[in-house]
Amino acid sequence: MVGPTPWNAELAQQRIRERLNMDGPLLPILQALQDEFGYIDEAAEPLIAAALNRSRAEIHGVVTFYHDFRHGPAGRHVLKLCRAEACQAAGGDRLAARAEARLGVAMGGTAPDGSVTLESVYCLGLCATAPSAIIDGKVVGRLDERRLDAMLAQVQR
Amino acid sequence: MTPGFFIPGDAGALAVGADEVAAALRQAAAERHLDIDIVRTGSRGLYWLEPLVEVASPAGRLAYGPVTPADAAGMLDAALAGDRSHPLAQGLVDDIPWLKRQTRLTFARCGVVDPLSIADYRAHGGLSGLERALSLGAAAVIEEVVQSGLRGRGGAGFPTGIKWRTVAQAVAPQKYIVCNADEGDSGTFADRMIMEGDPFVLIEGMIIAGIAVGATKGYVYIRSEYPHAVAAMNAAIAVARRERVLGAGVAGSPYAFDIEVRAGAGAYVCGEETSLLESLEGKRGIVRAKPPLPAHAGLFGRPTVINNVLSLASVPIVLAQGAAHYRDFGIGRSRGTMPIQLAGNVRHGGLFETAFGITLGELVDDIGAGTASGRPVRAVQVGGPLGAYFPRALFDTPFDYEAFAARDGLIGHGGIVVFDDTVDMAKQARFAMEFCAIESCGKCTPCRIGSTRGVETIDRIIRGEERAGNLGVLEDLCHTMKFGSLCALGGFTPYPVMSALTHFPEDFGARPPRLEAAE
Repeated sequence: MVGPTPWNAELAQQRIRERLNMDGPLLPILQALQDEFGYIDEAAEPLIAAALNRSRAEIHGVVTFYHDFRHGPAGRHVLKLCRAEACQAAGGDRLAARAEARLGVAMGGTAPDGSVTLESVYCLGLCATAPSAIIDGKVVGRLDERRLDAMLAQVQR
Repeated sequence: MTPGFFIPGDAGALAVGADEVAAALRQAAAERHLDIDIVRTGSRGLYWLEPLVEVASPAGRLAYGPVTPADAAGMLDAALAGDRSHPLAQGLVDDIPWLKRQTRLTFARCGVVDPLSIADYRAHGGLSGLERALSLGAAAVIEEVVQSGLRGRGGAGFPTGIKWRTVAQAVAPQKYIVCNADEGDSGTFADRMIMEGDPFVLIEGMIIAGIAVGATKGYVYIRSEYPHAVAAMNAAIAVARRERVLGAGVAGSPYAFDIEVRAGAGAYVCGEETSLLESLEGKRGIVRAKPPLPAHAGLFGRPTVINNVLSLASVPIVLAQGAAHYRDFGIGRSRGTMPIQLAGNVRHGGLFETAFGITLGELVDDIGAGTASGRPVRAVQVGGPLGAYFPRALFDTPFDYEAFAARDGLIGHGGIVVFDDTVDMAKQARFAMEFCAIESCGKCTPCRIGSTRGVETIDRIIRGEERAGNLGVLEDLCHTMKFGSLCALGGFTPYPVMSALTHFPEDFGARPPRLEAAE
């Protein structure tokens, strides 16, 4: 897996410029920046504001509204556990508590060694094979203790 | 002839190892020096059997499932021999009772065809709705959709044809078709399945909508939690452009229509139509006050049809078969079929498309076959995080917009989440408030503040602090949220909370209703 690029204003400018001809380009721009750098660097906000002729406060408001946008780098792996009702019904809460205990990190946090960021997600649409998760973009269903432990061992390697 | 296999590439199947099974099957074939064809389809929606592998046979497709990579070689030998006694053999897929009992109109092709083959789509009846729409003309298309009785499948149940007529009557230099694919309700996955399994049906539905109202541009707003659906729609749109189904002259007609996919960014409230439009415009997903309706001033201030995936994906069959064919299914004011999704702690979970009118009990006990854990079903939540919890006592409720509303519930987007008897309903009520607090856009006070106060109040009730007084506060709070919120997030969060309290008071430390009645 190729990691994210370290923050680079010139590259950010390029990612912004590539999307300026779209209608309503702000979300696509932010998504491109997060894909590139792994998070939205605060230094990106004035660049976007200038390019879109909007205030920096407005851009900051959008960045902070959406759960997807990170304000700092994530761990080397990102494990999202579904916490919504269908997964709750299938024992998801117990697995979430187990993951927190094993990694020594609360939901939303990154393990001290930087190996993994653990996040809650509210529904992956895999509700008939609950509980479910997504790890580094790969979906996992019918999660149980054994499969969860295997995933945790893999990210901690 | 090269043996033909079909393995779903649907995210629900991938999550339980479909890719690994496909690789193991290829490997087993290579070891036997056999050439095999593997088509990656959508899912049939029988998720407890996923990965469900199908093989073509003279009698029809034979199914094997749930297949693990370790089973692949044995399954291959059995499939080639036409052996139906293999432990994973499910017989002819069309004869599987769970599938046979359904009425698949919207999902007719899902799990059957190669999602990216226009030829396959056409061979299975695709594009005939568009062809008929082109021959009818805009006004007649709208009339057809009105007559079909199709109502918004996203949950609100507003008549689709009436919405279209409003946009058609609006005068503007640019109009839009926006497909709401922000399927955020837990327990629902029908939109995802259509986008991954039969994306052309959605494209066709959007084109028909565009022709009907005079829009030339469409957007599909897909939640970011659905990366596979985003990829599938983008791929399908590229194919449709190449095949000239989308573009300057759609399907050889003088009409122009093109579609762009936009991904969400993790905000449940963006499933609300005006919030979604704000998000598409590159703003915070804050709900707009109505009026103006999106039909008059929607995306970028232009007249906009905003419909759910299932509404748009049902339009081609309505046009192809005629309004009467669709309307003849269903009961009361709920016409046609509903793709119902069985989820959570359920033995046979998946997608069950059937005419409106089937009872909740039949869906949960008979079709869903009870819980996966084997324990008794205690409650089901119908219609997502904003839907009511129903106890067994209400299992005679027919699946119908009005029947659910009459019992203080909603069918929403058709998801049913099953819980067994270990569920703590006070905890579920608390979660409903907590979820509303996390996802509230913050524009209106009842939702923004009410949800946080709701969590605090339920915590007090759970701790046993002034229980009677706090139950009163909770009811009052729910009343304020229900009638004072701007959109369904704050307005409907009281449904799960109040239904949990009404039907399961014992979980809130109150006496069960039966004992009270005996006094």
